[in-house]
Amino acid sequence: MPREAKRGEVIEIRIAIQHPMETGFRFDLMGRSIPKNVVNSLVVRYNGAEIFSAEMGSGIAANPYLQFYTVAEASGALVFEWVDDSGERGSERATIAVNG
Amino acid sequence: MKPAWLLAAFLVSVVHGAEPQKPAPLKSGEEFSSADVRAMQADDFANPGMLWVARGGKLWNEAAGRGDKSCAGCHGDAAKSMKGVAQRYPRVDPGAARLVNLEGRINLCRERNQQAEPLKLESDDLLGLAAYVASQSRGMPVAVTLDMQNRRNFERGRELYFTRNGQMNLACTHCHDRNWGRHLLGDTISQGHGNDYPIYRLEWQSAGSLARRIRSCFFGLRAEMPAYGAQDLLDLELYLAWRGGGLPVETPGVRR
Repeated sequence: MPREAKRGEVIEIRIAIQHPMETGFRFDLMGRSIPKNVVNSLVVRYNGAEIFSAEMGSGIAANPYLQFYTVAEASGALVFEWVDDSGERGSERATIAVNG
Repeated sequence: MKPAWLLAAFLVSVVHGAEPQKPAPLKSGEEFSSADVRAMQADDFANPGMLWVARGGKLWNEAAGRGDKSCAGCHGDAAKSMKGVAQRYPRVDPGAARLVNLEGRINLCRERNQQAEPLKLESDDLLGLAAYVASQSRGMPVAVTLDMQNRRNFERGRELYFTRNGQMNLACTHCHDRNWGRHLLGDTISQGHGNDYPIYRLEWQSAGSLARRIRSCFFGLRAEMPAYGAQDLLDLELYLAWRGGGLPVETPGVRR
């Protein structure tokens, strides 16, 4: 995402998460099934307000890559939070400066 | 007796002379990829290999082992200290007196200086560090030097490259020298260079090393795959680096 933008400008935000996105349909070398483990929810908050969320399933490939647009309204932080089926959470923060 | 010996020497030189040495013109594997894969590699954000580079960058600054040192503690800013390093690997490490690739060198450094456990081959952490270090040499030409120390490894690598193997009874040269640019099933055969490694391969849905890629070639030949870290794989890597000398380092590459 851009570091700064003009007020009212449409900005592009891209997210890449490193995650195996196990479908639950695969087996390991010993024939045991590998439990499903996908990033099931992703929420993006812009200065506290939720602007984007995604619910993902087993049809999404490993290392998911998402892209969306939003309007730059005020300077502040975007917080990205995701959680997977094993309960592992990840979060990332990015700041933006809005001029004008 | 003497003429027979001479004839043998002559035959050897003829056979070697007939062997294609380096493909001409040299083409990076990237040039054999489809437009969408190339676009993915060219865009640092869309390139999933950058996730490993970012992981490596983080590990670079983290202290590890009983030495409680980070990579940055000795080497400082990787953008400066690691520039032009990857292009010289694999090379013989003077301390260990054996051929190591970039991953092997990172693990040696962990053992010697950080007094840490070596990272598992093909683990995300090791691939990350290797990708991070290699990506500092982007655009610089692959340039391994052949000398007395690695001559034997090089010869072994070359021998493997030209030796038929597996149920398919093919050597590397049959695809990557004689048939590059032609199609094998749905794919275009590349020249088989290692300048983009570690790569992100869509088929693996993960990053992987050159060793992993060579192993999958063995699998394709229906040959016995050498174990990770096997000397044969290292020797082949050295031969490939010599063969692809001059190609720019493009780590992390993206392949189908």
